Amino acid sequence: MIKYILKRILQMIPAILITSLLIFVGMNLTSGDVARTILGDRASEEQLQAKRVELGLDKPIIVQYFNYMAKLCTGDLGKSYINGKDVFTEFQSRFPNTLELAFTAILFASIISIPLGIYTAMHQNTWQDTTGMVAALFGVSMPNFWLGLLLILLFSVKLGWLPSGGKSGITSIILPAITVGLGQAAMIARTTRSSMLDVVRQDYIRTARAKGCPEHKVIYKHALGNAMIPIITAVGLQLSNILTGSVLAETVFSWPGIGRWIFDNISKRDTPMVTGGIIMCAIVMCIVNLLVDLVYAFFDPRIKAQYVKKG
Amino acid sequence: MAMVAVKKDTSEKVYKSRSMGAETWRRLKKNKGAIIGLIFFILLIAVTIFSSFYFNYDKDIIGQNISQRLQGPSAQHLLGTDQVGRDILYRILYGAKYSLTISCGAVGLGLIIGVILGSIAGFHGGFIDDLIMRITDVLYAVPNIMVAVIIVSLFGASTLTLLIALCVYAATNFARITRASVMTIRGEEYVESAYSIGLPTWKIIIKHILPNCLSPIIVQITLLIGTTIISASSLSFLGIGVPAPAPEWGAMLSEGREYMRTNAYMCVFPGLAIMFTVLALNLLGDGLRDAIDPKLKR
Repeated sequence: MIKYILKRILQMIPAILITSLLIFVGMNLTSGDVARTILGDRASEEQLQAKRVELGLDKPIIVQYFNYMAKLCTGDLGKSYINGKDVFTEFQSRFPNTLELAFTAILFASIISIPLGIYTAMHQNTWQDTTGMVAALFGVSMPNFWLGLLLILLFSVKLGWLPSGGKSGITSIILPAITVGLGQAAMIARTTRSSMLDVVRQDYIRTARAKGCPEHKVIYKHALGNAMIPIITAVGLQLSNILTGSVLAETVFSWPGIGRWIFDNISKRDTPMVTGGIIMCAIVMCIVNLLVDLVYAFFDPRIKAQYVKKG
Repeated sequence: MAMVAVKKDTSEKVYKSRSMGAETWRRLKKNKGAIIGLIFFILLIAVTIFSSFYFNYDKDIIGQNISQRLQGPSAQHLLGTDQVGRDILYRILYGAKYSLTISCGAVGLGLIIGVILGSIAGFHGGFIDDLIMRITDVLYAVPNIMVAVIIVSLFGASTLTLLIALCVYAATNFARITRASVMTIRGEEYVESAYSIGLPTWKIIIKHILPNCLSPIIVQITLLIGTTIISASSLSFLGIGVPAPAPEWGAMLSEGREYMRTNAYMCVFPGLAIMFTVLALNLLGDGLRDAIDPKLKR
């Protein structure tokens, strides 16, 4: 098992290398003269050159990239060009907010979507099924920033129950979590339904019913366990999507998370902040994927046996 | 033995074989949701064409009329007017053009790139396959909106960068589908026989392999146009998509946000336009998937 985890961690390296190279080169090609951005238009040519040497910008881009990666190996993500703040500290200060939002949203999504998916699958081709799936289709089709605006309109502006933005207290997370979670819930519900439908047609379910097993036991013990793998995949995929891709919800609710932070730094052309932030996001996504794979083993003894054999 | 006149059975039905397209259409017609989606999509295309000719862009769409500003829905302005007195209904109708052309363009571009890369990867295997698939994996792993945000922010907002930014997600999708189909088909006997009569590889891919992986690609096109409409409007909402004052739906929502407390309708109608368009495409896509491959029907 440990050997398998180590192998997976090593497999992350190429993904992180490709991501960092793409973003580093992209940022450098489009940043213009960073020294002038920092020192302003009045700076003399000598000052500009000194700044370039200080930041290592006088070297060819590939050398800059290797220097950057060498520092990264020692855990140093560099400092911001604009305000000199440490990239890792900045990331660290925002990441818990993103984590909080992502987990609340995915919890909310799972709580409503998995039972909905099971229920609609068990009542296939009835009005309950049609209603549930049409609702899910609406959820998939709705842009989440618009849903956020509608929620603010209803719960903050009209009813005045919940804050419309910022992060203050427990109530401030409710609207952003619903905004992010509802779209994800729709996807997970669709996956749960089709995965359950696949399983309930299997012979062992018929056997379970034939031997007189109560229906709730057939569903929760025999069917759900086997339908879980695609559901976990969907939940994991949505979780990693939220962790790095909730820039819209963060914008609508002024939530101090990673997505908006990276977006703002791209606009400022702050290469170290952006590159560092995205590398950290790539690492987080790889870890989430690894965790999802390990959760598979928890639900499916066949997969667990494979890991143990490998490990 | 009595002689029985054998009458020729004239009621015998003649079974015509249907083409795949006809069969798909026959099944699709039975799916109400898909037909609603199809009709909505055709109407939207009609609206796009009609509004380009009917409206005067400078006067009706971006022309300011301060005396009429921020008026709620009324008989004169069915969906109300915005902060500079422009009719919201006109802007939404005209805005369909941006959503449709950008998303169809991006998905089309993604289709070309994805199919080429996917066929090369699937047909050749080995190092090229590994390289192409690793890059697609990375791009696929990062959320599509983040990829698009990074590309547009880096290279500046223009129609071309917007198309490139939005086509990445489509291209990775098509590359994966094409690769998988090509890999299953390349071992078939008819591909081998095409090889043995000396056809060049590109011709084998185009004439014999690609037509066999059309079904999943067609379904994916429909669904991806929907996803891309949301991504395009998201970029405009963030202020890096179609620049103002063009009536792109996402940009209209972004403008409306400032007037949310006093003129809520500005935040509602453009969102409805996005949602119904994407909903129609999703209904059509789901219907097409069931019609093309009934085994997948749930």
